[in-house]
Amino acid sequence: MTTTESNDLEVPAVVPDPNAVSVVINGKQFTARKGDLIIKAAEDAGAYIPRFCYHERMSPVGMCRMCLVEVDTGRGPALMPSCMFPVAPGMVVSTESPVAKAAQEGIIELLLANHPLDCPVCDKGGECPLQDQSFSHGPGESRYIEEKRHYEKPIPISDLVFLDRERCILCDRCTRFADEVAGDALIHFTSRGNTTQVNTFPDEPFSSYFSGNTVQICPVGALTAKPYRFKARPWDLQEAESTCTTCSVGCRTAVQSSRDEVLRYQGVDSDPVNWGWLCDKGRFGFESIASDDRLTTPLVRTAEGHQATSWNSASASAAQLITEAIAAGGASSIAVLGGARGSNEDAFAWARLAHDVIGTSNVSAQLADGLPVGVLGLNRATIDQAASATTIILLAPDLKEELPVLYLRLRDAAVKHRSRIIEFAPKASGLTRYAWRTVFYEPGSQADAVGAALAQDDIGAQLAKGDVVIVVGRANLAESSAPTIAALQALTTALPGAAVLPALRRGNVMGAIGVGMRPGKGGLDSRGILNAAADGKIECLILVGADPLADVPDADLARRALAGARRLIAVDTFINQSSKLADVVFPAAAYAEKAGTTTNIEGRVTTLAHKVTVTGTSRPDWMIAADLALRLGTDLGFTNIDDVTAAIAANVDGFESMTAEALAASPNGVLCVPVAVEPVIAPAVVLADRNAYDFRLVVSRKLYDQAIGTATSPSLATLATGGAVYVHPLDIARVGSAIGASVKVSTSKATIVLPLAADDAVQRGSAWIPFNQHGANPGDLIDAAAAVTDVRIESL
Amino acid sequence: MSRLSEDNVRIAQEIIGRYPRARSATIPLLHLAQQQDGYVTNEAIRHIGELVGATSAEVLGTATFYEMFKFEPVGKYLVNICRTMSCALMGGDELMHHAEHTLGIKAGSTTPDGLITLEHAECQAACTEAPTLQVNYRYRFRVTPETFDALIEDLRAGRLDSEIPPHGTVARIRQRIPADRGVGAVAPEDVTTAPAWMPAPEAAK
Amino acid sequence: MTGTTYSHVPGYVAGDRPQIVTSRFQYDDSYTLERAVATDGYAGLRAALGRSATEVHDEVKTATVLGRGGAGFPAGTKWGLTPQAVWPRYLVVNGDESEPGTYKDRLLMERDPHQLIEGCLIACYAAGLSQCFLYIRGEMALAQERVAAALNEAYAAGYVGNNILGSDFSVDIVLHWGAGAYVVGEETALIESLEGNRGMPRLKPPFFPAAIGLYGKPTIVNNVETLANLPWLMRNGAAAYTAIGSATSPGTRMVAVSGHVKRPGVYEIINGTTTFRDLLYNDEFCGGIRDDNELKAFVPGGGSAPWFLPDQLDLPFEGRLIGAAGSMAGSGAVMVMDHTTDIPKAALTLTRFYAHESCGKCTPCREGGTWLMRILDRVVAGQGTARDLDQLLEVGATICPGDFPHASSERLGIAAVPFPYKMTTICFVGPSAYTPVHSALTLFRDEFEAKLLKRTFIPVTGIHEPAVAQ
Ligand SMILES: Cc1cc2nc3c(=O)[nH]c(=O)nc-3n(C[C@H](O)[C@H](O)[C@H](O)COP(=O)(O)O)c2cc1C
Ligand code: SF4
Ligand code: FES
Repeated sequence: MTTTESNDLEVPAVVPDPNAVSVVINGKQFTARKGDLIIKAAEDAGAYIPRFCYHERMSPVGMCRMCLVEVDTGRGPALMPSCMFPVAPGMVVSTESPVAKAAQEGIIELLLANHPLDCPVCDKGGECPLQDQSFSHGPGESRYIEEKRHYEKPIPISDLVFLDRERCILCDRCTRFADEVAGDALIHFTSRGNTTQVNTFPDEPFSSYFSGNTVQICPVGALTAKPYRFKARPWDLQEAESTCTTCSVGCRTAVQSSRDEVLRYQGVDSDPVNWGWLCDKGRFGFESIASDDRLTTPLVRTAEGHQATSWNSASASAAQLITEAIAAGGASSIAVLGGARGSNEDAFAWARLAHDVIGTSNVSAQLADGLPVGVLGLNRATIDQAASATTIILLAPDLKEELPVLYLRLRDAAVKHRSRIIEFAPKASGLTRYAWRTVFYEPGSQADAVGAALAQDDIGAQLAKGDVVIVVGRANLAESSAPTIAALQALTTALPGAAVLPALRRGNVMGAIGVGMRPGKGGLDSRGILNAAADGKIECLILVGADPLADVPDADLARRALAGARRLIAVDTFINQSSKLADVVFPAAAYAEKAGTTTNIEGRVTTLAHKVTVTGTSRPDWMIAADLALRLGTDLGFTNIDDVTAAIAANVDGFESMTAEALAASPNGVLCVPVAVEPVIAPAVVLADRNAYDFRLVVSRKLYDQAIGTATSPSLATLATGGAVYVHPLDIARVGSAIGASVKVSTSKATIVLPLAADDAVQRGSAWIPFNQHGANPGDLIDAAAAVTDVRIESL
Repeated sequence: MSRLSEDNVRIAQEIIGRYPRARSATIPLLHLAQQQDGYVTNEAIRHIGELVGATSAEVLGTATFYEMFKFEPVGKYLVNICRTMSCALMGGDELMHHAEHTLGIKAGSTTPDGLITLEHAECQAACTEAPTLQVNYRYRFRVTPETFDALIEDLRAGRLDSEIPPHGTVARIRQRIPADRGVGAVAPEDVTTAPAWMPAPEAAK
Repeated sequence: MTGTTYSHVPGYVAGDRPQIVTSRFQYDDSYTLERAVATDGYAGLRAALGRSATEVHDEVKTATVLGRGGAGFPAGTKWGLTPQAVWPRYLVVNGDESEPGTYKDRLLMERDPHQLIEGCLIACYAAGLSQCFLYIRGEMALAQERVAAALNEAYAAGYVGNNILGSDFSVDIVLHWGAGAYVVGEETALIESLEGNRGMPRLKPPFFPAAIGLYGKPTIVNNVETLANLPWLMRNGAAAYTAIGSATSPGTRMVAVSGHVKRPGVYEIINGTTTFRDLLYNDEFCGGIRDDNELKAFVPGGGSAPWFLPDQLDLPFEGRLIGAAGSMAGSGAVMVMDHTTDIPKAALTLTRFYAHESCGKCTPCREGGTWLMRILDRVVAGQGTARDLDQLLEVGATICPGDFPHASSERLGIAAVPFPYKMTTICFVGPSAYTPVHSALTLFRDEFEAKLLKRTFIPVTGIHEPAVAQ
């Protein structure tokens, strides 16, 4: 062609953005995104349209009619609910035309007609969309003189939420949330027309793990949360954005306090993570911060038990214990467990203290209930990748119980038909209803189950269709991690392109491991440390926010380890079963009492807010570590939290991007994934022959248990269900006891007594015991060294 | 007994089988429950939820939307007197006054013997035959005080038993689709091709 | 009088006019398969199956069979709106008839269920619909029994189900029944109800049922009477069909005339040409106002329609003309009020109906409808104030901002405001609560004023005297 040359010189033509839609909003030209609803496009263009039922994270219903605007698509202006219509090229939108304004004022008046206007005694007063929009878009006065609707004043719809039907404006937000987002359609509209109301079914409360979200999204004060009712007025609250560390999903929150007390968490919409949602455990766990049981001062053990002491003397004692231990058994006789409950900075300072100052390699952020550190080195998936993958493979614990908001994201992927879930599980989970295939395996045999599934044509075809994300974690605490790792390896070998999302639950376990709370060269992992301690080989065991007696599945091992460790130092917010035994206890600053950063399962580092003054004299963990280091002769160089954050970015492989500037610029955080992690070694899985009389045991966690954070939050403490042994309904006869009767559950190690219960989520031939509930401890039955646990269940 | 009986579960299953999604059978099953017990009990709602795969709250939400479902016992005969325009023009209100007087109860309540519940109804689609009423959804047209009283007499005497089943039973004839004749329902997501009898889209064009 | 009534079809009056959908009403046993087959039953289906689906569809398009459910949209055109090659797709038959004043679908179901079944089959064949749901109003026990029995007969005889009449054509018709909710007649609410939910309308546009309907799949919703036209059309052809009625409204239509006329009844009238004067005064139809009273007003197209005055008597029953005159043809139901009628009270019966039947979804309908009813109740009880009358119009304006349609009146010197109106609600239930209030107040304000409280304030001390002094 002859024009080649001139073509080269031509300015490349501007390619029109196929996703741009040009519309006129209130007389001004505006470029909106294709598919955006008018209400959103207008907001982006600076014209806020009032609304009640519209919520960005739920499907529009056009129920309240508040967002009516005039829209001209060429056939003259028509009133349209802007929350229901996407922008179209050439659309002319008037949000403030006389007709639109009249419609908006009319709706406000009608909404207020039956509203009790009890704002002075309403929790929502001051932050109420109805109140606010009545002022901004309402007629100013009501002409309604009729008798208002009356209902019984607030009725509890669950243990945590109250409903005042007189205040309700029937926007369908809570009911849509329950159905669409949470999948717990336990609240619903009942009756019709003017007597329509939201309600639960008698005796079936709104016992959703996500109920608190409805309180947050209620545009009036109809739904209120028991833990917050009448506690504060919005104008008294100060807030700071932070990240929830109750589990490792990393939901963004606003921590709100008044008079130096944390009073509420609200979900913040982080697009890659929580979409604004929180689980109730995360939302209402704030109560534990101000618990009367919080440690306020350092303690040292004397003949009379723990005595309060000064920081100076406690630190001196601890340093001395460490020095003595090194003298007695060398640095490698010291072990540090924990770090997963604190910030990245806490973990980094402790990792420096352990590895560099003390010089031990026996460091672990897990408690024999996690995965080998090597899993972190696998091609890591983000939550977004998982929730949009063509196929999601679950080789994980029940995410609804352990990582609730990840459950919401994956459920959404399945119900919106973006992804198909293939689940491998020892018992039905919260996601089983939504899974395309669930492969139930007998505990220990997951690798075989994976192998068989991969050989199936339809599963093979599905996996070949597109990207695959594997969510991996420990579904069963009554087995070692070996069977899971073997299955994971079978999957990653067959699907080399698959990305992996680890489902480990402790708040900052990924950050702690990432910044160094993991075994050094030749060091022991958590099980190794516990075994060594039990064998009397640990001169000093340091627990950094770790409670092995509550959390290590093998209870006997934990007991022997704590008894066998010659010296015990604990850093904790509470006196718990383990810290009770310590020689020195440092009171740690809790969530919201310290700044820093945290890392979620994807490796996303986000900031934590320091919102209230510490309880008593407690200090952040990193400061305790820095003080001990100094006493042991090394200055870590940390004088404030920013020093520690900067040191992580400067020194830790994979965490280079978590600079203060980057974090400040990006509220959704920065991704930090360690690259150089030793590979996972496929362990050999040896399954003992199974006795036909036995049940193979599954032990797993439920959202509410006796964990200290739950137990010290009064509103949550009562929600733990209590222990029981569950078998499939058809296996009840085999046990020979009635449901509810106490039965003996035994292994060669121990016998415990629990009530018998039936649940068809449990597979035939297996038995399930929830972990860490009231009653007998299933940990007594578990042997950390065995691949699986078989139990016999007999009537008393 | 308030869950569906074994026989009714069989009927329920047959009804569910006709729909591409079980949930669609909710209203027919609520009718079935009401036919069984005379009103819809909470246990029946829970049972229906199990059968169609909905929560009890969802079934309750559906049930309470519709006028015909009752959640407390009503009389053996539900007498609905129409009060919408055509009937009102032709003396519906007067008929209601008369009925209240004759039965000695107010609209919305049941006679002490539990035989008759009296209610206002909205347009019954028989406007030219006003004023109209229905007894358990069986019509009576151009009702006068005299014919009303005679009707009550007949009901009390059991003379209409063959014509008017007790409250709860609406239609006495059920659809039955013979197994060999029915095409059968398939979940919508499982249908991806045109029915065999449809010409291909090109041919249709 | 020339119209014939059959004692076995209360309400129906036949005449010396073409009978497209009521031809079998003359027989006692019109609802049996035996009678149907003896009188051309299923011949239309046979004729259809002998032709390609496209040809059948084209025939329906040519005939311009207008929807008889209220909106008057041509059935053939509607069938053409389903997206190509999306399966499955459904036919939902709207037999939820509940619009005040209306009944014809009930008669068609009770008296000639086989004609309806045949119509459903023709529609499924022509529009390529894979399953049919026949939704009958819950309170119509007899219609349900008749249709169930007819379906059972038809299945047994091979007219429905697999390989219909030995052809490849196979479709199920599932009888479904409601439980008492007027709004479920609205097609998207009907679909919600059929999915087992509360019958709350979905917003349309953006998505009409023809594109996204039952279970999110393409769905045609047609009225019973619309479908009942098809067998005759298939037997006689579009030319014969359009030869009856007017150019814009071909064929016949069923109209129920109730209220203060000498012979209230359901008539199959010639579409588009019969005038209201014919209907109300001709001996062939109602034969005049009862007791030869004066006509005060009438509702031309079901309870949702703005009212007409004697001024409009010479209008033919034709959708567009009625619309231009300020009302709608709607569901074909005329309710007649003679000069003795208490107009505010009549309006109240309709407003109460729509307020009671609101599904509760839209704020203006849920709150505004009841508010209107309360004020009107007060006024009718003689306890209203002048402010209340303005208030009625102001509340109405929150449901329907802008001009509201009404009839012209020589007496009042007002011109017609044509249909439709602007509305803040999803469906027409909200506006319909206001319609009778607006019509009555616009055309008969004096009657409201006559009922107002004579005193402007109620004494607070009046515990021992009646609060309301008339
Ligand atoms: C509030 C409301 C009630 C309605 N009720 C009925 C009804 O009872 N029967 C009916 O056939 N159509 C009814 N319609 C009209 C339907 O929405 C729909 O247009 C009709 O069934 C389509 O059938 P057609 O095209 O054959 O007329 C109603 C519409 C509205 C807005
Ligand atoms: S206008 Fe009334 S009946 Fe119609 S959708 Fe809205 S609330 Fe429901
Ligand atoms: S915000 Fe659009 S209708 Fe409620």
